[in-house]
Amino acid sequence: MQALDDSAFEEPLIALRRQIAELEGYPEGSGHEKDLERLRHRLDKETDSVFRNLSRWQKTLMARHAERPYTLDYVDLMMDEWVEFHGDRAYADDPAIVSGFATFRGQHVAVIGHQKGRDTTQRIRRNFGQPRPEGYRKALRIMKLAEKFGRPILTFIDTPGAYPGIGAEERGQAEAIARNLLEMASLRVPVVVTVTGEGGSGGALALGVGDRVFILEYGIYSVISPEGCAAILWKDQGMKAVAAEAMRVTAPDLLDLGVVDEIIPEPRGGAHTDPVLTSQRIADRLEATLEELNDRSPEELLEARYERFRKLGVFSES
Amino acid sequence: MPWFRKDKKPKPVRRERVRSPVPEGLWSKCDGCKEAIYARELERNLSVCPQCGYHNRLDARQRIALLIDDPEPRELFTGLRSSDPLHFKDTKKYKDRLKRYQQVAGDRDAVVVVEGDLEGIPIVLAVMQYPFMGGSMGSVVGEKITRAAEAALAARKPLLVVSASGGARMQEGVLSLMQMAKISAALARLSAARLPYLSILTDPTTGGVTASFAMLGDLNLAEPGALIGFAGPRVIQQTIRQDLPEGFQRSEFLLEHGFLDFVVPRAEMKSRLARCLRHLGA
Ligand SMILES: [Zn+2]
Repeated sequence: MQALDDSAFEEPLIALRRQIAELEGYPEGSGHEKDLERLRHRLDKETDSVFRNLSRWQKTLMARHAERPYTLDYVDLMMDEWVEFHGDRAYADDPAIVSGFATFRGQHVAVIGHQKGRDTTQRIRRNFGQPRPEGYRKALRIMKLAEKFGRPILTFIDTPGAYPGIGAEERGQAEAIARNLLEMASLRVPVVVTVTGEGGSGGALALGVGDRVFILEYGIYSVISPEGCAAILWKDQGMKAVAAEAMRVTAPDLLDLGVVDEIIPEPRGGAHTDPVLTSQRIADRLEATLEELNDRSPEELLEARYERFRKLGVFSES
Repeated sequence: MPWFRKDKKPKPVRRERVRSPVPEGLWSKCDGCKEAIYARELERNLSVCPQCGYHNRLDARQRIALLIDDPEPRELFTGLRSSDPLHFKDTKKYKDRLKRYQQVAGDRDAVVVVEGDLEGIPIVLAVMQYPFMGGSMGSVVGEKITRAAEAALAARKPLLVVSASGGARMQEGVLSLMQMAKISAALARLSAARLPYLSILTDPTTGGVTASFAMLGDLNLAEPGALIGFAGPRVIQQTIRQDLPEGFQRSEFLLEHGFLDFVVPRAEMKSRLARCLRHLGA
């Protein structure tokens, strides 16, 4: 199980990609075309063979990949006229959640998503994508704004979880999450959720109550992180890979359990190898889904949204 | 002279139920003041320490007896049982854990729902059973509380939920997480129908239970000294690597920060709830 402990599985692929990029740097007609073709072919083959057998823990690492596109990347790639809105009007602006309005393929939408940072400074500023209560309250404020002005809401989920800190508890982390769950169930405009990376527990769900829930192929969604689960149940964080298997956190698992409605396939090698293609695939699904949901009355939306979550759970009854 | 030196010969402790929180012996040490308490005295005082007011945990049956007029109220949704959708196994199989708790705690899962009167006001009451897997919330807990909310809505009765839980049940994975959304959606309907929902938080209420129905009462109230929070104190300590302030995440702390309407001692709980329900039109 040691090999599962790191992301070494991607290293040979990274080396190949580097070689290809180098050759691509030469001017055309410099005699590297044959080599390039050969390397590209090899990369495809190796990528397929690595990705065919990814364990649940390796998929977790993919979901957390440092180069994975984040909410603002998707906004940049699929939206126009983006205006970001800030602040919860009570305490602060939480950079771990971004929110605003934009036009998406010709229609006005609200966009709300977790935001991680790309470099150390940004990672700290974004608190590694772990919101505090003011983040959830900002999200709710923008959702209510969208409802008021009849704009559909698109949310993007990618968080390790809500931040566990003293201030966050003092300001009601639990209440902020709970409030969003209750309010999102009643929003009278379409809500479409996409899990793009890590769906970390209540901190993810607080943006996750929608009419449709999509997930990227290597996204995960879980009640607790594999590390947290391993620490509690096995008393050993090192059992995280086993915990990821046991909790069944990956996209196909979630589809089986009815937690997500559809998996959006990622480009060969994962979302970070081709953010443009990834974004296009998400956008296509979102556009088609909005077209379908925009025709529905608020009452129809609310009834179907209620039923969607109402049926989740497995038990026996005598 | 110590208060417990009495002339009366102590009678043997009644052993009605294995799950009684009163320890086996005649004397027990209070977790609050560390003084010896006569077990019978503690029981008579609703498991609240007569010396320091420390509120010991109650199980669901005791809690129901405390709040409902009828000694044997009608229990709802008793046929629901957890299954094992993930075939989950950590150091033990989830199936075996369930069986063991069903034997030890005597209940099928971590919540009991009843219908009955509280000072003559008809209510639906859900009480979490902490001794059953730490009151953790899986599909059955989620389903029963959702049905409790739907039953309250259908009968136009107030809903009361007494929480005591470590949070979502890991052994049912993300399905446990989804119960938070399911219950909250049912509460939204109850709220839209303008029916009262009172949330009573007891020691301990953390994780996904706090981050859903426990914080969504029209009124939120707690017993004194209960641990209430989103993240557990240990997780926070590991994250921030510093000591937590005195009284952090206790009822009084939450009251001070605006997340509870009041903290009410156990003996006054029922009359306080009744008064609130009447104010809310019940
Ligand atoms: Zn005491």
